[in-house]
Amino acid sequence: MPDETNDIGLERADYQGSPNTLCKGCGHNAIIGQIMSACYELNLRPEEIVRYSGIGCSSKAPTYMLKRSFGFNGLHGRMPSLALGAMFADRTLTNIGMSGDGDTASIGIGQFKHICRRNPPMLYIVGNNGVYGLTKGQFSATTEAGVSFKRQGTSRYLPVDICMEALASNASFVARSFAGDPKQLRQLIKAALRHQGISVIDVISPCVSFYNFAKNLHSYEYAREHEIPLHELEFVPTDHQIMIKDFEAGTVRNVKLHDDSIIRLKKLDKEYDPTSRWQAFKVLEEAEEHHQLVTGLIYVDPDIPSTFDRYDLVEEPLNRLGNGRLRPPRESIDQINQMML
Amino acid sequence: MQEDSTQSPHKIINDFCVMFSNINGTGSSTANTTVMRALFEMGIPVSGRNLFPSNIKGLPTWFTVRVSKDGYLGRVERDHVQVLMNQDTVAEDVKKLVPGGLVLYDEAFSMPETLPTSLAFGIPMETLINELDIEKRLRSYVGNMVYVGVLASLLGIDMERVAGAIEFHFKGKTEAAKMNFHAAQRGAEWAQANIDRIAIPYTVEPMHITDGYILCDGNRAASLGTIYGGVQFVSWYPITPASNVIEEMNEFLPMLRKDPETGRMTCAVVQAEDELSALGMIIGAGWGGLRAMTATSGPGLSLMAEHLGLAYFAEVPVVVWDVQRVGPSTGLPTRTAQNDLLFAANISHGDTEQVILMPGSINECFEFGWKAFDIAERLQTPVLVMSDLDLGMNPWMGKPFQYPDTPMDRGKVLWEEDIERWTKEGKLWGRYLDVDGDAIPYRTVPGNRHPGATYFARGTGHDEFARYSEDPQVWQDNLARLKRKYRQARALVPQPIVERQKNARIGIITWGSTHMPVGEARDQLAAKGIATDYLRVRALPFTMEVVDFMQEHDRTYVVELNRDGQMKELLTLEAPQHAYKLRQLSKVDGLAMTAEWITQRIWEDEDGCHA
Repeated sequence: MPDETNDIGLERADYQGSPNTLCKGCGHNAIIGQIMSACYELNLRPEEIVRYSGIGCSSKAPTYMLKRSFGFNGLHGRMPSLALGAMFADRTLTNIGMSGDGDTASIGIGQFKHICRRNPPMLYIVGNNGVYGLTKGQFSATTEAGVSFKRQGTSRYLPVDICMEALASNASFVARSFAGDPKQLRQLIKAALRHQGISVIDVISPCVSFYNFAKNLHSYEYAREHEIPLHELEFVPTDHQIMIKDFEAGTVRNVKLHDDSIIRLKKLDKEYDPTSRWQAFKVLEEAEEHHQLVTGLIYVDPDIPSTFDRYDLVEEPLNRLGNGRLRPPRESIDQINQMML
Repeated sequence: MQEDSTQSPHKIINDFCVMFSNINGTGSSTANTTVMRALFEMGIPVSGRNLFPSNIKGLPTWFTVRVSKDGYLGRVERDHVQVLMNQDTVAEDVKKLVPGGLVLYDEAFSMPETLPTSLAFGIPMETLINELDIEKRLRSYVGNMVYVGVLASLLGIDMERVAGAIEFHFKGKTEAAKMNFHAAQRGAEWAQANIDRIAIPYTVEPMHITDGYILCDGNRAASLGTIYGGVQFVSWYPITPASNVIEEMNEFLPMLRKDPETGRMTCAVVQAEDELSALGMIIGAGWGGLRAMTATSGPGLSLMAEHLGLAYFAEVPVVVWDVQRVGPSTGLPTRTAQNDLLFAANISHGDTEQVILMPGSINECFEFGWKAFDIAERLQTPVLVMSDLDLGMNPWMGKPFQYPDTPMDRGKVLWEEDIERWTKEGKLWGRYLDVDGDAIPYRTVPGNRHPGATYFARGTGHDEFARYSEDPQVWQDNLARLKRKYRQARALVPQPIVERQKNARIGIITWGSTHMPVGEARDQLAAKGIATDYLRVRALPFTMEVVDFMQEHDRTYVVELNRDGQMKELLTLEAPQHAYKLRQLSKVDGLAMTAEWITQRIWEDEDGCHA
């Protein structure tokens, strides 16, 4: 019996990465697992995906997925700029940036906020574990105040909320998920990969080695007990829309992305409108107040122009333009010289 | 040069320096460059220097125009003619006047009781300006043209050339041009009626030496060279004195880089949030196969240090222009220096060596603008181009820009069909595999759809196939290859320029814009009987010619605009066996080097040697 393949004839194995050296049980493993599945299910060619990352455990993770893709593991906190520049080379590629809470919310907060406002087409996923793992257990910008680490004492400062920062910086797609909720995470990743602008997914991704404290947000136990999904979420690609089942009116909200694919949001306890920035801020504020983990699609605006909509560039990939189209013609130099006075 | 010539019938023709002192933000630069352009149009070699504060409005600013029949472009230390339009600086300004020089000032100013000249004339600026039929709000701007007219009349600058220069500036805005020329005419009339020109020792005469020459600042030349180099991606952060390298692109890209078929652009410019990001972006773009560049100055270069190590180690071509200003730290943001060389040469931690180009003229700014990409892509490494504020922000005359004389060299890039062919031929490809034995591997770029083309780039240790590695031998081998690769640059970078004089026992080495006063100093020294040979370094790594030059001469003076003699230190490292023959001749005070200073220092030193 032949192995199962997707619509472009690739097996799941074609989306695998190099041997994984993350800790067993690390939340990041779940994240990269869902990214690989999402890419497989979306029929993306690995060669048409580019991986980007900074420094840290989360930033090592891209090595362990999609090894048939290009990738660049750059500097600490500087993944956004590296990715943005590279995206200009060939705008037809799918871009996945993976970062961590230190890489994004500490050293890289500036670049993070600016990539949000520039809105390039990329999945920006944060493995948020609230701790520096690779340097063995220091506080990050998302560690809650009052947490004690073995060699650090007690965390003195209030944490940074990555979703809040993304929203404030005009990110066009902001979501939060939990490494222990693979079903939701995968749907979010699929939607993110099809969104035309930046998709920030802040994933609570426990660090089993340094900070999986049951009483704190960044642990499996706490997150499981306090997760409040905003909705049940399903991504429906453009070519699968015939299979959408009818739901009772008023229980489902469809968000249509720019490529006509749909994010179906099934109402749970409360009504939630992810196209309202105001509601998004409110839901994050309330979650913090009640020490809850709100997950799901917090905010989306499918129509904000992407980075490339803001430049009038030639259609084909810039990196395939021949020299003749890059160097101005010989006769132009006389005209230029005449202007030099 | 005859200094006190009030009574003398001899005129000093086409060989003097005019200084304008103004208040910044008052529109004086239009007036001052009008004078410079008019002189240039008369065919007289001319250079202009703007000395400006780090400020928008209200602080003193000076502009000097040097007129030099011999074509010397360097700064001179004294002024022969002064146009003083800033009361606050008058007392200090006149100290720099040569005895018997010409001073023009606003009649309303209180002047020092004693002046080093009898040729001081107060222009009734307010009266003359008020007589002009112009709106009140424009008066102070247009009013500057009054002193242009006075000066033109006294020095013999052709008023038609003044009109032409004004028209050039206002580019088709006929009314504005008319108004300004009218003001200049009014000034000229006043001068004719009130000052006896016979007494003025300085005069200009048409020469036609500058026929066919252009006037351009180094930053604009850099910008154009970059565009002719086929730049595809630019990211930058505003900083004096580098900003207009990029701002000029906003003018010229739409003209030169719109795809003729579609009318769409073939280059993108992104203003970054800081220099960390600017360099990050161009590394991304360079990695993606685009010709990518940025322009910055000292503080920005400091921020780029970490990323430049990544580009060096991951072998990503990028071009970085450093238009140097005075450091350390924020330093003197609007003053010139050549003080980033040591930092740039090995910028970033670990064993890093960078390829550096050093333009010494606007023509080299243009040429290195495109050439930098060929070198960067051939070697897959950053290329830093070290200009400076003096060269970058001032107008210089030069020969017309030459269209690039070699085709674009995109280096070793493999596309789908190449990988396919290699695979068929059983030829092994690895991103960092030295296939050709020249230490330069082949690269692929994202977008290449061949399954065998992809790789994972990183700033961490990696083997020939770009796999993560902490293996001691792998590390050592890779670093050794990078060293061999760096040496390949010697054959690619611009070679030094050597000029010899007969029987010269001493040598002078310099780099960048300090070239301008050095040429003049050599003439002055030759007149004193000291022959010199001259080598201008134009790139790092050094070539053998530089070492030979040191060996050939009894003493070699290394002239540069910094405290520590940074080029001399690099030469010492390059050829320690000759280091004892090197003499440091460096200073930094924010001003461009002068020939007088160089001549004086070498004269004193050589005299000492012979004594």
